[in-house]
Amino acid sequence: MADIVLDQVTKRFPDGALAVDKFSLEIADGEFVILVGPSGCGKSTTLNMIAGLEDITEGELRIGGKVVNNAAPKDRDIAMVFQSYALYPHMTVRENMGFALKLAKVPQATIDEKVNEAARVLDLTQHLDRKPANLSGGQRQRVAMGRAIVRDPSAFLMDEPLSNLDAKLRVQMRTEVSRLQRRLGTTTVYVTHDQTEAMTLGDRVAVMRGGVLQQVGSPQELYDRPDNLFVAGFIGSPAMNFMPATLEEGSLSTPLGAIPLTPRQRQALERANVGRQVIAGIRPENFEDAALVAADARQHGITFRTTIDVLESMGSDVFVYFAQERNQALDVAQLAELAQDSGRADTGASGETMVARLDTATRVREGQEAELWADTRSMHIFDPDTGTNLTTGAEPAVAAGAAT
Amino acid sequence: MAAAATTGKQKWGWGTANTVAVALTLIPLLWIVSLSFKSPAAITDANPWPKYWTWSNYSGILKTSQFIRPLINSIGIGIIATIIAVLLASMAAYAVARLDFPGKRLLIGMALLIAMFPQISLVTPMFSIERSLGLFNTWPGLIIPYIAFGLPLGIYILSAFFREIPWELEKAAKMDGATPLQAFIRVIAPLAAPGMVTTAILVFLFCWNEFLFAISFTSTLTSRTAPAALAFFSGSSQFTSPTGPISAAAVVITIPIIIFVLFFQRRIVAGLTSGAVKG
Repeated sequence: MADIVLDQVTKRFPDGALAVDKFSLEIADGEFVILVGPSGCGKSTTLNMIAGLEDITEGELRIGGKVVNNAAPKDRDIAMVFQSYALYPHMTVRENMGFALKLAKVPQATIDEKVNEAARVLDLTQHLDRKPANLSGGQRQRVAMGRAIVRDPSAFLMDEPLSNLDAKLRVQMRTEVSRLQRRLGTTTVYVTHDQTEAMTLGDRVAVMRGGVLQQVGSPQELYDRPDNLFVAGFIGSPAMNFMPATLEEGSLSTPLGAIPLTPRQRQALERANVGRQVIAGIRPENFEDAALVAADARQHGITFRTTIDVLESMGSDVFVYFAQERNQALDVAQLAELAQDSGRADTGASGETMVARLDTATRVREGQEAELWADTRSMHIFDPDTGTNLTTGAEPAVAAGAAT
Repeated sequence: MAAAATTGKQKWGWGTANTVAVALTLIPLLWIVSLSFKSPAAITDANPWPKYWTWSNYSGILKTSQFIRPLINSIGIGIIATIIAVLLASMAAYAVARLDFPGKRLLIGMALLIAMFPQISLVTPMFSIERSLGLFNTWPGLIIPYIAFGLPLGIYILSAFFREIPWELEKAAKMDGATPLQAFIRVIAPLAAPGMVTTAILVFLFCWNEFLFAISFTSTLTSRTAPAALAFFSGSSQFTSPTGPISAAAVVITIPIIIFVLFFQRRIVAGLTSGAVKG
């Protein structure tokens, strides 16, 4: 058991590329921390630096209070689960799991005992004498986990361990990983590009972009109070809707109409002292079919009419997509990067499509005009130049459904 | 039905081509086998098959140290050169496949250059070098050049194999507490074993069949290899030609190769193609 401290850790590759820039994070003993971000954001490099598989260019890495910048991986007492599992194909499951202990010259009886115990926990007992090639994806994944836990290390590092599994198994293993971590109480750093995994697994989530740490916090904090456009767009599924807005007297003129500002929002904007152009962000969850909103609740948001392009019924929710009429395009690097990551840039769909989550009781039909309502109390307002969230102090999201 | 006719024609075409190719390679071989069973008088009778089968050629060569000793030399030199070449080649290939070091392209280029160098142009200078170093007519005098010519082949085949082994396995071994050497010996090398076997077979075949160096850098039975020894066979008197014993010896030294190849055939093919597809 140990805490991990990254102090201004920087990675610069020999070709000059800056992969991780002054990354500082304190991971407490027993904590489960997720590093999340789009591909190429430096999250895997950071993990590899903690593991000792990559050199640290600048800064200090401490595990259990000891500076380990120059320690070899084997001297750091950490175990790693790889995306490809990296099981040794020529060894049986038993040998795979016992390999580290064998290298450490642990007596064979102890190895057997620990491997059997880990196999029991992971439900692998009947597969111990098989080779990895004869196992299913989920079983291989469990062997990779088993290889890490038999060593009883002071920390686990996991590099997208579930991304090779099919969707159903991934959800199942996600719970499994979570349960295992709670049971063992071992400090864990988990890298993923999947925001759902990040939200569901971690005690705390660290969002990275372009080698820079954007924000660290509990999943709920990141969801309620994103520090900037990037975090706001990355956390949450479907993603937050962004639209250009102009500050008027006491209200915000947006493509959806004039949005009255709450006193808190107004104060925050005055304090920030930005120009008239801002970016407004509303989560899909904050929309509702206006017909389902009580009249007295409507005053907390705006009601607008729009044509529904696509309607997706998920059973528990209904998602509707509609175009947003606007006279100016949002041209912000952070949003462009998000679009790139989600593949929206490739499919040709522009950011002008908005998505709303409605109650299943809605009568809204595809291709027809509908009246929607948006709760704007939890609206976020961003500085278009820096992407900073100007309303971080705003009230937490109020579920739209609660207003009915 | 046109398609079926074409395939029928194609079958005939390929069948003929294959038969011609097999006949071209097999006829000289069968001729030698036939010669090895003929008595000295019948050698020149132009009969494709011996009228009276005789083992005398075989019993003759297997009784004389003129053949037994070179056979031992061949086996010894071949095995030692193969083992050293595969060991060195696997280390070099590992570096070529995994590391980025200054002079990597130069190393690969040099290896290719050595492989393409005409051996005959090296015989004279190497003869002088071996004489002055005292290597002439010794086992090391042949083992060293054999290693040099076996290495490029080995590096090429093995680096293709190493490239196919996922790098994460090595990282995993490191995380499991292995030193780089332990990671190589316990994880990487076992996975590259088919490549090493392929390399070993090809290098051994090269050493076993090599004639030019063998005849140039040896002068007595202490180090002469079997192919070279064949050239020094003499008849029972100065008026008889040693055709029969030479044929018998040729058959004898071919047998291990045939067994070897039949036994490892699938390995060699798999090795060569896997190297070719992902190289």
